[in-house]
Amino acid sequence: MQSPNQPNTVDSPDYDIEPVLLNLGPQHPSTHGVFRIRTLLDGEEVVDVEPVFGYLHRGSSKLAEERSYTQVITLTDRLDYLSGMTNNLAYVRAVEALAGVEVPERAQYLRVMTAELMRIASHLMAMGFLINDLGAWVTPLMHMFREREKVLDLFEMICGARITFSYMRIGGVSHDLPPGFDAAVNGFLDDFEERVAEYEKLLLENEILVSRMKGIAQLTGERAIECSVTGPNLRASGVNFDLRKQAPYEVYDRMNFDVPVTQNGDNWDRMWVRLQEMKESAKMVRQCMADLPDGITRTEADFFIRPPVGEVYSAIEATKGELGFYLVSDGTIAPYRCGIRAPSFINLTVLRELCIGWKLADLIVNFGTLDINVGEVDR
Amino acid sequence: MALFGTGAIKGLMVTLGYIRRKPFTTQYPEDKLEQSPRFRGNTFVWYEERCTGCATCAKGCPLGIIRIVTHPEPHSQVGSDYHVDVFDIDTGRCMFCALCVEVCPYDALHMGGDFEQASYGREDMVISVEDLKAMPKKPRTQFRPQMEMIGHDGKDELEEHEAGRWSL
Repeated sequence: MQSPNQPNTVDSPDYDIEPVLLNLGPQHPSTHGVFRIRTLLDGEEVVDVEPVFGYLHRGSSKLAEERSYTQVITLTDRLDYLSGMTNNLAYVRAVEALAGVEVPERAQYLRVMTAELMRIASHLMAMGFLINDLGAWVTPLMHMFREREKVLDLFEMICGARITFSYMRIGGVSHDLPPGFDAAVNGFLDDFEERVAEYEKLLLENEILVSRMKGIAQLTGERAIECSVTGPNLRASGVNFDLRKQAPYEVYDRMNFDVPVTQNGDNWDRMWVRLQEMKESAKMVRQCMADLPDGITRTEADFFIRPPVGEVYSAIEATKGELGFYLVSDGTIAPYRCGIRAPSFINLTVLRELCIGWKLADLIVNFGTLDINVGEVDR
Repeated sequence: MALFGTGAIKGLMVTLGYIRRKPFTTQYPEDKLEQSPRFRGNTFVWYEERCTGCATCAKGCPLGIIRIVTHPEPHSQVGSDYHVDVFDIDTGRCMFCALCVEVCPYDALHMGGDFEQASYGREDMVISVEDLKAMPKKPRTQFRPQMEMIGHDGKDELEEHEAGRWSL
């Protein structure tokens, strides 16, 4: 309420500007699911940002406590629904470490190959939706969707599902490669290299993208480490940290690949790192198919496996960052506790400081380049 | 940067090149894409003579959507046998993980094939034991993965002696 003694007009020097509170989401096309950002706006400038999440909470950790170890694999598909394979891999690796199950060599190669195919699909989605948010409505997104469809077709050949794979098993993988897979994956990779060159032509020289993304929302390496940011977001800030190199799991130590690292840590670098990572992943899939040894794809492990009493934390480099599973076993068929270190959730720590001081339109882009997945944030 | 806008025009040239290409999409209800041989769909095939009513599939289901009721029945060779009265699979809640197929010790349950399951009520989505008996007895697309190792490709009928656990 205005008191009559205080004239409040635009001409008055006492004019008091109050920031406007804007709710972005939870149902907004640019929030990648049901994610809500409470934004405090001064004109078009962002004053404060508060991410509000929990709209997609399904209680995966709690549900895991009342399912057997093998059944929990189906829950992990739904954490980050754009990269089910890496979620499966992180979980089964934790159980294998807990129960001391050996994995055959062929299964390890298959795991690396599917995880890298998944990384291609997930990064395609990250870039596609980012460019969609930038205003290039749907057309570039459809280019990315088309390539992702081909990856999903490959997964359908391997395990029979397109999103909820449940492909990994404790002690290996559920299926061996189907007949005709070699030709299919090589055909995809040959085509994919052409397509990546096309994406670079389409995107990297576009003045609109450059001016919207270069130098916007810089994140320094020190700050990224302080906020536990992992994955492509960390590597774009000049920190060369990749669990595939630093703590190789499965057969990543035999793979010949580079980890793209950039120094600026701005929106452009975060997108560029993902684009380069897709190329490296394609290289790794080729290597896996060339080096694939013969043998069994699964060791003997009970469906209702009972690991010995103990606890374990096991992490892998998933598509969004370090995905870790913390499992506590009390010797029964179900985990006593299943904690999930979700990279999307922890990468959100920097969202506030990335957005403050920039325009509202930049907030959407900053949010897009962080590449979070709401299924993984809320779990 | 040279002239402002040249990069955007280069991008548009890529888009222009798509005029020559064939569309990647298909018009779904008219044209259907071919499914992969391992597609996990909502067709369930149940081998009545092989099923012992042990309900391992019900225990292996992560959602608990399989309901089995049995009663003992005299059998000519083994004294008594379990007769399956109720075998309800609620495909409205099924997430098609095929774990029920994988755990079955006698390879009596197979799944796959169909994916068009629209109905007017949730109760229509429950596959009953009568529906299962009426299904063509042919392993569809999803069977226990270990059976592939012994050279079974899911196209033929399964022989009686091939049933059972080969490994695991």
